[in-house]
Amino acid sequence: MSELIFELSQKDRCARAQIPFIANEKTDLPSELLRKDIPLLPETSELQVVRHFTRLSRRNFSIDTQFYPLGSCTMKYNPRGVHRVAMLDGFLNRHPLALETQSQGYLECAYELQEILKAVTGMKGVSLTPMAGAQGEFAGVAMIRAYHRARNDIARTEILVPDAAHGTNPATAAQCGFKVREIPTDAEGNVDIDALRAAVGPQTAGIMLTNPSTLGVFEQKIQEIAKIIHEAGALLYYDGANLNAILGKVRPGDMGFDVMHINLHKTFATPHGGGGPGGGPVAVSERLVPFLPMPIVTKTAEGYRWLTQDDCPQTIGRLSTFMGNAGIILRAYAYARLLGKEGMHRVAEYATLNANYLLARLKKAGFTLAYPTRRASHEFIITLKNEAKELQITALDVAKRLLDYDFHAPTMYFPLLVPECLLIEPTETESKHILDAFADVLIRILHEAKTHPELLKNAPHNLPVRRLDEVKAARELDLVYRPQTQCTIENISS
Amino acid sequence: MPFIPHTEQEVKEMLAVIGATSVDQLFDEIPASLRVKDLPPVPPQLTEMELSRLMRARAAKDVSALNFMGAGAYEHHIPAAVWDITSRGEFMTAYTPYQAEASQGTLQLLYEYQTMIASLMSLDVSNASMYDGGSSLAEAILMAARTHRKNKTHRILMPATVHPLYRDVVKTIVSQQDIEIVEVPFDLNTGKITIDALEKISKENITALVIPQPNFFGMLEDVDTLTDWAHAHQALVIGLVNPLAMALLKPPGQWGKNGADIACGEGQPLGVPLASGGPYYGFLCCKQEYVRQLPGRIVGRTVDQQGKQGFVLTLQAREQHIRRAKATSNICTNQGLLVTASTIHMSLLGPKGLRKVALACHQNGCALKEKLNTVQGVRCVFPGYFFHEILVEFKKPVETILTELAQHHIQAGFSVKKYYPELGNALLICVTETKTPNDLDQFVSQLERACLN
Repeated sequence: MSELIFELSQKDRCARAQIPFIANEKTDLPSELLRKDIPLLPETSELQVVRHFTRLSRRNFSIDTQFYPLGSCTMKYNPRGVHRVAMLDGFLNRHPLALETQSQGYLECAYELQEILKAVTGMKGVSLTPMAGAQGEFAGVAMIRAYHRARNDIARTEILVPDAAHGTNPATAAQCGFKVREIPTDAEGNVDIDALRAAVGPQTAGIMLTNPSTLGVFEQKIQEIAKIIHEAGALLYYDGANLNAILGKVRPGDMGFDVMHINLHKTFATPHGGGGPGGGPVAVSERLVPFLPMPIVTKTAEGYRWLTQDDCPQTIGRLSTFMGNAGIILRAYAYARLLGKEGMHRVAEYATLNANYLLARLKKAGFTLAYPTRRASHEFIITLKNEAKELQITALDVAKRLLDYDFHAPTMYFPLLVPECLLIEPTETESKHILDAFADVLIRILHEAKTHPELLKNAPHNLPVRRLDEVKAARELDLVYRPQTQCTIENISS
Repeated sequence: MPFIPHTEQEVKEMLAVIGATSVDQLFDEIPASLRVKDLPPVPPQLTEMELSRLMRARAAKDVSALNFMGAGAYEHHIPAAVWDITSRGEFMTAYTPYQAEASQGTLQLLYEYQTMIASLMSLDVSNASMYDGGSSLAEAILMAARTHRKNKTHRILMPATVHPLYRDVVKTIVSQQDIEIVEVPFDLNTGKITIDALEKISKENITALVIPQPNFFGMLEDVDTLTDWAHAHQALVIGLVNPLAMALLKPPGQWGKNGADIACGEGQPLGVPLASGGPYYGFLCCKQEYVRQLPGRIVGRTVDQQGKQGFVLTLQAREQHIRRAKATSNICTNQGLLVTASTIHMSLLGPKGLRKVALACHQNGCALKEKLNTVQGVRCVFPGYFFHEILVEFKKPVETILTELAQHHIQAGFSVKKYYPELGNALLICVTETKTPNDLDQFVSQLERACLN
């Protein structure tokens, strides 16, 4: 049981070295503008704080401590050298609104990352400002909307989304004011072309696709799809969540996509921080360049400078107060320089090798593949529908049991169209050794399912907590700590 | 090969298990015409040593200066422990806590964060973070529109004293939907919003009033009066605040008779370095009755099978991965690591320490204002109460002042000319607890010189 930091709190304790000295606590401000109660922040010593949060950190799985084959999330190693250079004083202390003449170091890195991303995506323009994949999607769909409007083509009210898509795709289309129409998937895991033809029309603004898809297979008819969509006057959006599978091998621009986002926290190895920050730069083909979100860095004879709304009147505008997750942009840049030209395609090659190797081992051991006739990309799906029927074991049970063996679980129950599924993405930075160990454990769990099913049903056994009651969490909402004895209002300047 | 552990022998063994002859064969489902033949012009790979040297040179080009620039990003002392602990691999390299049992560290921390920030705002609940201040205001407005069901169309009253870049972000995000943003002009004498200005606006379908505290000019708005006015017109109140200032100033939940309904803003002043503008994080809090309209991740406390306390992501039926096109927002990844830093920062300072930091900022601001009043050619534009930013007007072009001070390694402030041409050669100056009396004297004497030249 880990105490809450509030339970360590003692009135009048504080980390005094951190607090500025002030001669007196008098203020000219009138009482009606001032706070009179004490906010519920803990009153603790520096050591208590350090120990509490260090101990909390040890209750996490992470890439640094565990294999983390979370499908669609690309949990690869986050190089320490990259983190180190992004934390250099010059970068950390730069004010976002500092004069351009005082900011040439940062601007040069951002400009060069824009160029690298153009090169690996086959696109003509890049804006680094979206702060996560979902914001990149928002920027992309807003650009599609702006493009049609600029042509006075205002009847396009629908965005097509395959049923296997990430949830952010339909959510983004809706947030941009579009109706969402789902396109089914065929038995081989490709977009159902006949259904696509039937759905496309003058009302279609665009389609959002991931390739390789979330089913872990390459959409082979992508050129035909691009043709159908473009002939209807609509545009193609590429969800870059799976870019790791094709980096340096195939480029979305060459496949016919008009706009895409890149998840820097996936393909470009920036740390995910337990839920962010991410980075979701957008890249576009020629016709969407005027609509890119601001700001963008440009190179002139006098040096690097920002392009703003004044330079690009058709821009969809600004998505972040300043220029997005600038520190993540620096990290992605540093990682790209460490990989270099030689390293880009190796990412896709070894990510694919690892996925296919793990798939082959699990297939031999009797696991059911969702798409057995297809080549896996950087990830693949196993379905436990047979085990669910015969042994009453669910994907959730297997996932929780994996935690007991010190492996993070794969993505569960996504994509939604495959029953009892686990989506497994090992990434290129894992060794054969760890893949073998993971396969061995999955095989062992399958055996346990037959001999000691309760080991799975009651898993996890070895973690700080047992399986948690999510229903109770949602029904009896407890989102903030409330102390037994309420803090009384008092004169806090005493 | 950087970050790839495979030996040649292992690759051979793996291919044999797969039944393939080469790695290239694994890409055989991709049409040959699409394959990249030659890699595009990406620079050759660097070693870590070469990269360090390159980046040190780049970082040195970002000139360091005595900083008096604020305008939404503030220089504060960050205790060493904050980023030492935040940078631990267990926090930094974890994913979103989908597997709750394997993520209790992050989840408990987020629960503690929600408690601290909600209490700092004096509101009931908080989510686990948004991207930044600007996007949190946009999401607060979308949330108000979802909440205010009585209005068929939505008009949001947006004071011109809200940060101009925030207003740009709101325009980009909100304009995709049927929401009208109505700008409320400010009083040129006080730099604040007045009831008179609000009264001149049509009262139809007002969904929410945004109240910045402090506002973009650093001035303190009459939050009680504004809040009560909005509620009297059946509008929600969105408080856009500096969270550090709320340790000293009346927080949104206590404004007027009933308190603001939603609070949002930029979390950066609580332990996040300036770092070119990000990653920062946005916070978003509200009254309990609106919790189901909050966007983004929310952590809840619950129990495990044995009745032991534990934490999970909750109310996920609001979110994109469940609700898809009907989700409250498309947000997925947020800014978890920055919230980690902020939670540690708030814990180290505690309620009284945080209040002292806020007070030190304000006292330094007062001291600077007094000194500025003695400088020829400089005029403090607005009288009245402020937090830690001061708008000053020069007789000379503000660009000249900025360039001259930059030559003396002083970042003098943010020119607001582009956004408020009616204010002339105006510069927004910020002073925090990091400045000593000496720093202030040096700044003022350089300003004096620049004004005379």
